[in-house]
Amino acid sequence: MTASRTMRVIALHVAVLAALFLVQFVLPDYHYLAMTRVMVLAIYAMGYNMLFGYTGLLSLGHAMFFAAGLYGAGMTAYYTDLGVPLAFLIGICCGALLSLIIGLVALRTTGVAFMIVTMMFGQVAYLTITYFTDYTRGEEGLTMPASARNFDFLGLHVDLTNAVLRYNLALALLAITLFVILILVRGPMGRVLIAIRENEPRTLMLGFDTFRTKLGALVVSGTISAMAGAAYGLLFAYIGASFASIQYSIEALLFTLLGGAGTVLGPLLGSILMFYMIDIASEYTAAYLLVTGVALVLLVLFFPKGILGTIRERWLPWLP
Amino acid sequence: MAFGPFLLLATLEGLLQAAVLTLTALGLSLVFGVMRVVNVAHGEFYMLGAVFAWWVASMFGMHPAVGFFVALIVSPIIVGAIAFASERLILKRLNYDPESTIVATIGMLYIIQQTTLLTYGPDARPVPAPFYYRIQLPWFGYSGYNLFVIVAAIVMLVAVWFVLSRTRLGLIMRATQFDRETAQAFGIPIERVYAFVFAAGAMLAAIAAVLIVPIRQAHYLMGLDPLLLSFIVVILGGLGSLRGTVVAALLIGLSDGIISVFFSPTLAKMISTLLVALVLVFKPEGLFGAKAR
Repeated sequence: MTASRTMRVIALHVAVLAALFLVQFVLPDYHYLAMTRVMVLAIYAMGYNMLFGYTGLLSLGHAMFFAAGLYGAGMTAYYTDLGVPLAFLIGICCGALLSLIIGLVALRTTGVAFMIVTMMFGQVAYLTITYFTDYTRGEEGLTMPASARNFDFLGLHVDLTNAVLRYNLALALLAITLFVILILVRGPMGRVLIAIRENEPRTLMLGFDTFRTKLGALVVSGTISAMAGAAYGLLFAYIGASFASIQYSIEALLFTLLGGAGTVLGPLLGSILMFYMIDIASEYTAAYLLVTGVALVLLVLFFPKGILGTIRERWLPWLP
Repeated sequence: MAFGPFLLLATLEGLLQAAVLTLTALGLSLVFGVMRVVNVAHGEFYMLGAVFAWWVASMFGMHPAVGFFVALIVSPIIVGAIAFASERLILKRLNYDPESTIVATIGMLYIIQQTTLLTYGPDARPVPAPFYYRIQLPWFGYSGYNLFVIVAAIVMLVAVWFVLSRTRLGLIMRATQFDRETAQAFGIPIERVYAFVFAAGAMLAAIAAVLIVPIRQAHYLMGLDPLLLSFIVVILGGLGSLRGTVVAALLIGLSDGIISVFFSPTLAKMISTLLVALVLVFKPEGLFGAKAR
């Protein structure tokens, strides 16, 4: 990996982040809020991509990690007075812990069994949230109190109802995630992950502890997804059980597949495109999830590498 | 009501649940066993079975029994045709790759479900039972139709067992399941077997749905629960194993019914799902049985 190639990669990602920063000055109100949401969802999809795109493990229950962050942070902010920053951290820790436990159990299985088991665990998480409806208010959800919208942090006054602040906080989190993932996947761990994806028995034979590496990937992936969940709950002041449903797990898969699994920027691109496609479809019909179904079938039939995956294959082999 | 009769009622509910679940799970198990395809859209074929049953029954205004028994034949045939077409159009082109087919069947799940929402609408609609007969027990009255569902499911099970183990068709299916390539070398038209099995799996789910729709109503979102329960059953019982599927469906159906009556349905689902997790912990390769050939 030459220095010029590294520079090119960094330049590309800085350019993408700069474009997202600049676009906020021209976006109309509606799209301003929409893009804030998209960026948080993109973090979720990028977390998903660590596991699916790089390690080759298809999880159908990732919404549980998103929900762990969402509820870990949201419930803390709602029921305690620990403060929003601490609630955010607690949300992330919940996700890390949950992904460690789930990983230890689910990674005992491989292939098809792994997909089903993660789906089952995701469903248990969803049912758990609805079961404790006295505290979580189930599908109806909770709206964050005013104390979680305005608070002081390190001497600064933070007002989360401010759209500009929200946009840039989401962008900052996205930037951090982007570079963490970039460093991870271009480093030694990323290569082992890709080796596992391509041929796990051979990787094991070469002396790598594939279980540990997969567990590591799952924890990183779950923690990033939980961070997205925690940010989502706190930024938009709402937590609800629907975020833990299977449909949310599938959304991460769809975003990743569309943008290109196993590319760093793919989930971001996929999130933007898919979010707007669903948004436009929902203006016309209540059955807007039809778009999701059609997109999944068409992608897997005709476009399995996604947008950036195809671009990398055809034109830009250096794309990370 | 005393504890004893209450338990009896719960057991009867559980048996009903188990009967429907066995048929649905059997369809899923058959498709995985022979084709090695995990059909996430299986629950939607179940839902379609119920919706078409409503459609057929509402066209025959005479006696409810006429509509019901016509639906019992017509609805599975339509569902089978849809499954057959989707197998030809989608799964075959993916070469039955496990990962791609899962993604594709998730897509099919949404397409079927949302198309139903567009055409049939968001309402839950009832289908009248073919007959009303109340069995009066000393403690409570029980619907005779529920018992009919249990008997019908057993008859279907025996029929499936007979086809699989005693007919030439069953032999071909088992040969394909055992070793796809050798079967092909012996002149078995693998592709036609696959399409047939996929349609048959969907039809089993549709039959289960037609049987249950007079008790529960037809709704476009009704496919998710049977899908998840079928997965649980199929994992516990071992995919492709008829006996395992029946035993696991009885176990899950009964415990689900009993826990639902005594506690809450949500708790019942949580427990059965966690049960699967435990099975996987203590049997790391899962009960998925032999690796794909």
